[in-house]
Amino acid sequence: MSEFPASAKCVVIGAGIVGNCLVGHLTKLGWNDLVLVDKGPLPNPGGSTGHASNFIFPVDHNKEMCLLGVQSANQYRDLDLSVDSGGIEVARTPDRMDELQRRMTSATAWGVEAHLLTPAEVSELVPFVNTDIILGGFYCPTVSVVDSLETGTVMRRLAVDNGCRVLANTEVLDICTEPGPNPGDHTVTAVVTGAGTIETEYVVIACGVWSNRLANMAGAHIPLVPAVHQMADVGPMDILAQTGNEIGYPIVRDMDTFCYERQTAGSMEVGSYAHRPIFHHPDDIPSNEEAALSPTEMPFTPDDFDPQMEQAIELMDMLGDAEIKYAINGLLSLTPDAMPCLGEVPEVRNLWSAAAVWVKEGPGMAQVVAEWMTFGYPRVIDAHGADIARFYPEERPDEHIWARSAEHFNKTYGIVHPAEQWESRRNLRVGPYFSRQEDLGAFFFQARTWERPQWFESNADLVERYGLEEREVEWDNRWWSPITNAEHLNLRDNCGLVDLSAFQIYELIGPGAVAYADRLAVNRIDVGVGRSIYTPWLTPDGGFHSDLTMMRMAEDRVRIVTGVFDGGRDEFWTRRHMPADGSVSFANITDEITTLGLWGPNAPAVLGALCDADLSQAGSPYGSLVDVELDCGTGRPVAATLFRISYVGDTGWEIYLRWDDGPAVWDALMRVGADYGLRPTGGGVYGTSGRLEKGYRLMGAELESEYNPLEAGLARPRVKAADFIGKEAYLAAREAGDPEVRMCVLTVEDLHDARGRKRYMQGGNEPILTGDGERIVDSHGRVSRVTTAGPGPSVGKHLLMGYLPSEMAAPGTELQVMYMNELFPVRVAGTGAVFDPDDSRMKS
Amino acid sequence: MLLVVLEHDRGTLGEPAREALTFGRTLAAKMGVEMHALAIGAGAPATEQVAAASGDHGAARLYTVDHDLLSDFGPEAWGQSLVQVINTLQPGAVLACGSERGNEVMAQAAARLDWPFVANCTDIIPPAGGGGQWSMTRIQWGGSLLEDATLTTGTALLTCGLHTVASAPVEPAPVAPPETQAVAVELDAALARTVVKDRVVLEAGVTLPTAPVVVGGGRGVGSAEGFAPLEELAELLGGRVGCSRAVTNNGWRPHSDQVGQTGTRIAPEIYIASGISGAIQHWVGAMGSKHILAINIDPEANMVVKANWAVIGDLHQVIPAISAEIRRRRDRP
Amino acid sequence: MRVLCCVKRVPAPGAKINVTADGLAVDAAHLGFTTSPHEECGVEEAVQIAERTGGEVTVLTLGPAEAAEQLRYAASVGAHLGVLVSTDGAAWDPQRTARALTAAIESLEAGSGAFDLILFGNESADSGGFQVGVRVAYALGRPIVNGIKGIEVDGPVVRARREIDGGFEVYEMDLPAALGVKEGINLPRYPTMRGRLASKKLEITTLVLDAAGGDQALVRLHRPTETVSQTVILGDGPDAAPAAVDVLEELGLV
Repeated sequence: MSEFPASAKCVVIGAGIVGNCLVGHLTKLGWNDLVLVDKGPLPNPGGSTGHASNFIFPVDHNKEMCLLGVQSANQYRDLDLSVDSGGIEVARTPDRMDELQRRMTSATAWGVEAHLLTPAEVSELVPFVNTDIILGGFYCPTVSVVDSLETGTVMRRLAVDNGCRVLANTEVLDICTEPGPNPGDHTVTAVVTGAGTIETEYVVIACGVWSNRLANMAGAHIPLVPAVHQMADVGPMDILAQTGNEIGYPIVRDMDTFCYERQTAGSMEVGSYAHRPIFHHPDDIPSNEEAALSPTEMPFTPDDFDPQMEQAIELMDMLGDAEIKYAINGLLSLTPDAMPCLGEVPEVRNLWSAAAVWVKEGPGMAQVVAEWMTFGYPRVIDAHGADIARFYPEERPDEHIWARSAEHFNKTYGIVHPAEQWESRRNLRVGPYFSRQEDLGAFFFQARTWERPQWFESNADLVERYGLEEREVEWDNRWWSPITNAEHLNLRDNCGLVDLSAFQIYELIGPGAVAYADRLAVNRIDVGVGRSIYTPWLTPDGGFHSDLTMMRMAEDRVRIVTGVFDGGRDEFWTRRHMPADGSVSFANITDEITTLGLWGPNAPAVLGALCDADLSQAGSPYGSLVDVELDCGTGRPVAATLFRISYVGDTGWEIYLRWDDGPAVWDALMRVGADYGLRPTGGGVYGTSGRLEKGYRLMGAELESEYNPLEAGLARPRVKAADFIGKEAYLAAREAGDPEVRMCVLTVEDLHDARGRKRYMQGGNEPILTGDGERIVDSHGRVSRVTTAGPGPSVGKHLLMGYLPSEMAAPGTELQVMYMNELFPVRVAGTGAVFDPDDSRMKS
Repeated sequence: MLLVVLEHDRGTLGEPAREALTFGRTLAAKMGVEMHALAIGAGAPATEQVAAASGDHGAARLYTVDHDLLSDFGPEAWGQSLVQVINTLQPGAVLACGSERGNEVMAQAAARLDWPFVANCTDIIPPAGGGGQWSMTRIQWGGSLLEDATLTTGTALLTCGLHTVASAPVEPAPVAPPETQAVAVELDAALARTVVKDRVVLEAGVTLPTAPVVVGGGRGVGSAEGFAPLEELAELLGGRVGCSRAVTNNGWRPHSDQVGQTGTRIAPEIYIASGISGAIQHWVGAMGSKHILAINIDPEANMVVKANWAVIGDLHQVIPAISAEIRRRRDRP
Repeated sequence: MRVLCCVKRVPAPGAKINVTADGLAVDAAHLGFTTSPHEECGVEEAVQIAERTGGEVTVLTLGPAEAAEQLRYAASVGAHLGVLVSTDGAAWDPQRTARALTAAIESLEAGSGAFDLILFGNESADSGGFQVGVRVAYALGRPIVNGIKGIEVDGPVVRARREIDGGFEVYEMDLPAALGVKEGINLPRYPTMRGRLASKKLEITTLVLDAAGGDQALVRLHRPTETVSQTVILGDGPDAAPAAVDVLEELGLV
């Protein structure tokens, strides 16, 4: 054995599909001083890769998961370690048939070949399926079966040939850190193994189900839980053996029973996501030596699998008489939100996570992490959904991980609505008005950990007043209420009060605060005290990392206000890029400040009833911050900062208050507002209908790292002199001239489907197609799709947003949108607002 | 007195009996008693070979049971004979080797006496000062675990684990064979029901349990046909082919070739283990080997780690090369 | 023909068996449980005999309530009846086990007649006492031979084969009789899915019996001290053949 490596640029822990592909991809990107460590033997060290079912269904509604699945499948194909077996998702219920129509829609969006099959057509491909119990199938010819172990070996060899050293049978005992560079920071220094210590600059944890245990060694978290996925190998069966292949028939996913049947030579592997959630703590996974099979092939608990057997036999009778040769409680990784954990962990500098990744997306996700480490951001795709920094502290404890994973495990093959809400772990974070909102019948949506009213049942009377109706099809109406449209119209007519307590608020303080703020932001932050700046934050490649508001609070103090979905990522980004010279300190003041939004033509009158300040556009100009005192009738004036801004298109303010003062202000506004038609107004207006009518972009929907400010329509005429992250790329994009695509708002011209029912797109990546029904794809492979959809009650249209090639961005261009596998005519409204395009209402 | 029950086959004393005598010598010394031996059979069970071998291994006296019913091995008849001998001789302890027959005969005797019987000991500490509690260490899980146990009994019925000790004659060798004494037994004719009726010899010559060389193959051999080079090497070395449980489960070799906890326990001069990872099930059957040469592609394989020597490589290439090298050297003038 | 097979529930460990802190048991926290291998073959043999003779297989185990899992497994591969002699889960010594099994079999036979053939495993995978079957058979007055790797039932007679060096011996007994069988007597089938599902319906007779303990007591379990051998690597691939043959030559084998 060669000498133990005492130091390395980067240590990758875990030699499963992810770790192996990661060292391979890092090597391709020029890294050569790598060490790959695993506690188990090679090529199968005993993790989840070793028992994976190794098939890839390339269609997913989620863009990241789908495109990285396709990307991974192609990487396996390129190594010639993959077979296109094809695969069929069969439906036993009408609801599932609808879901298959939705799958067809996603397949179109992502450019994956797919066909809907009748039961008879299913039978032609898989003759042993009982067609009596199925209604149809969704067939994907490019479903593939891959050799993940060999792929890992090939990628590892590539790295080894370029200097990577591999330590098998070597357990990592500790990951060492040192404090700094800034107060509260920690930075990785070394990996301690059973065979010695490796000094290193970077550490990547690619340890699958063990990842959180490894992260904990460094004081960090990778929120995932080792979870059982039961599978049984049954056979032999002549009809399978006669194919003479490892895989001769398409894989069948029996979606309504959450089971799959996948041929392995003469046998059939039956796998299930239907059994009760069975979780293990990483410390309760046996060692390689202790395990009867491998550590992640845990003892089968047959009682949990029996119902699945009955269902499997129902679908394929021949399975009943086949012998169960092998059955395991196989472990895989689940996270609280069913997305992977990629990227640098927020707690420890240079400690990276490449975890909660399955074989189906392993090579692609490894590429994401390798690019991220090399270029400062992934290039192959926007990966914000998988970014480990997305988690708030409340999402990291086992209690949360287990509860959420238990809730979504059975949804692995479930029919999940784009707006679906969690049942468990609610009310983790609530605003100071929570009890008042409950009294008003608020229907809460949870944004990560924060509860936000989506609409208020107390406004049901407005539905009648405005003559609104429930949506015709249950799916469209699910997680929706016409009350939200009523609240919208009331806000436009009168006034609405919106709880914005979930805003994430930070402050940069110190002599270097403004300079650092300017380094983060595209737009100039070095403005007069009391002014606010809406600005993109860019990636080094010039795409969107974030868009948010920054406020010059004082000479040496800049406030950052960002949305709740991106708080974790933005806080991490802010701390991660801070200068180490002590000129700036960071404070998260989210818990100290509550924000109320007050908008509508009557907003000035309502607010005026509580204060003497000049609330005219002169006294409180758009974009300005004004400190006032509010008289809430409590005998004690309440200090408030009025920020004249609007995300909904009507005049009004974001009112920043001390958290404890919030309820008194809420009560006072509601009291005085009663005469002005003020209604509590939910996130359905604030986040969707109000902003859509104004064409405002949302991070994570319209804004992604794959798009730049020019494409998003957020570029300003001039570029500031100060340097900022992504400036070079941004300048280059400006130099290149007109953007290839532009963010547009579209109106749906006819909502009726073939059965004459009005349908409402959900904003779930529905593809936007040409009049001929062709996909619209730009030169970077980016597809035109719906990034947000929702009602435009004031314009009387259902509205969509999406990127379109510049030549299609002209108002009036007629296109189509696919929804539930049907085409609906849409028309481009433009790149800006469809309601009050001159912003006269906001600025009057 | 410690009585050692001799396992013999039609008058031929085998290795298990020698091991029992070797183990028994130490035990008798701890007990502070003489070691005597017992041969059960028909005709003249105390053949010259049995007498000489038992003397060579330290038996001070040889008792014989000679009964027509004992013309061949029969567990019930042997067990009943042993019971009567115990009743007659009142030994302080009775020891046999923990071979298949040894354990069976002791169990038969124990059942009849309704006494405890402790099988497969690796170490035995007799009660201090006679009478009272025995302590012993015995084999569980085929040797993966050891059990410390106590035994409260008058006469202890014990076996020592097969291959726990290597047999060794006393030195210097005794000048004369031990004194032989017959013990009379009365056996119910019904006991003939479990005496061997017939024997079928399938192969002559070396067998797996007695082979001086065993060439073992595991999952890494890959197929039934893959064993041909192993057969060739075994033949060159006058040995036998053994295999792991994975091999028999795949149907590549008969179960009689299986080395392991549920197969055969081997004790060759050298065990050439090829393509065998060394799972515990297999290891406990192979650990009696005096030397081990492992051939494996994985340098971290358990069998490699536990071997005296190892060749890292594909057995399909390495084994034919070894055979060729042996032939080359033998052909050398 | 009525065949009884006695089975034991044992942990299914890996290469390293851990012992509980008190040293009195195998730490089975991460382990599944299985039927002791010889006995798994015993069940298969019993089922095959029953299939040939149109008989009925009863499976009997002594253990904790969870041992019902092993009875169901037996049912999933063709056994018809299951009997559990329930214990508190603690390990019983061989005499106590044998006494309880004897009482259980006597009670079963008092109810529905004698078993023609009783199969035991040669020894259990875990404690390996090599005696329970013999004790039970003796107490029941049945002949028993251990080490059996072949069974042939011929009317009122059972012929059994036992492996010896280079061949086998044949025993012949009148029924009723008992045999201690060894792995290799057959290749046990796996349960089918339908077999597994049917086994859920197995009605298990639970007997609560106790028996006097024997005189052997467990003090503690421990792992043998590993002799760490310094493996000499002779080389890589076929090039290492001369070095390997040197070793064989030193041992006088070439």
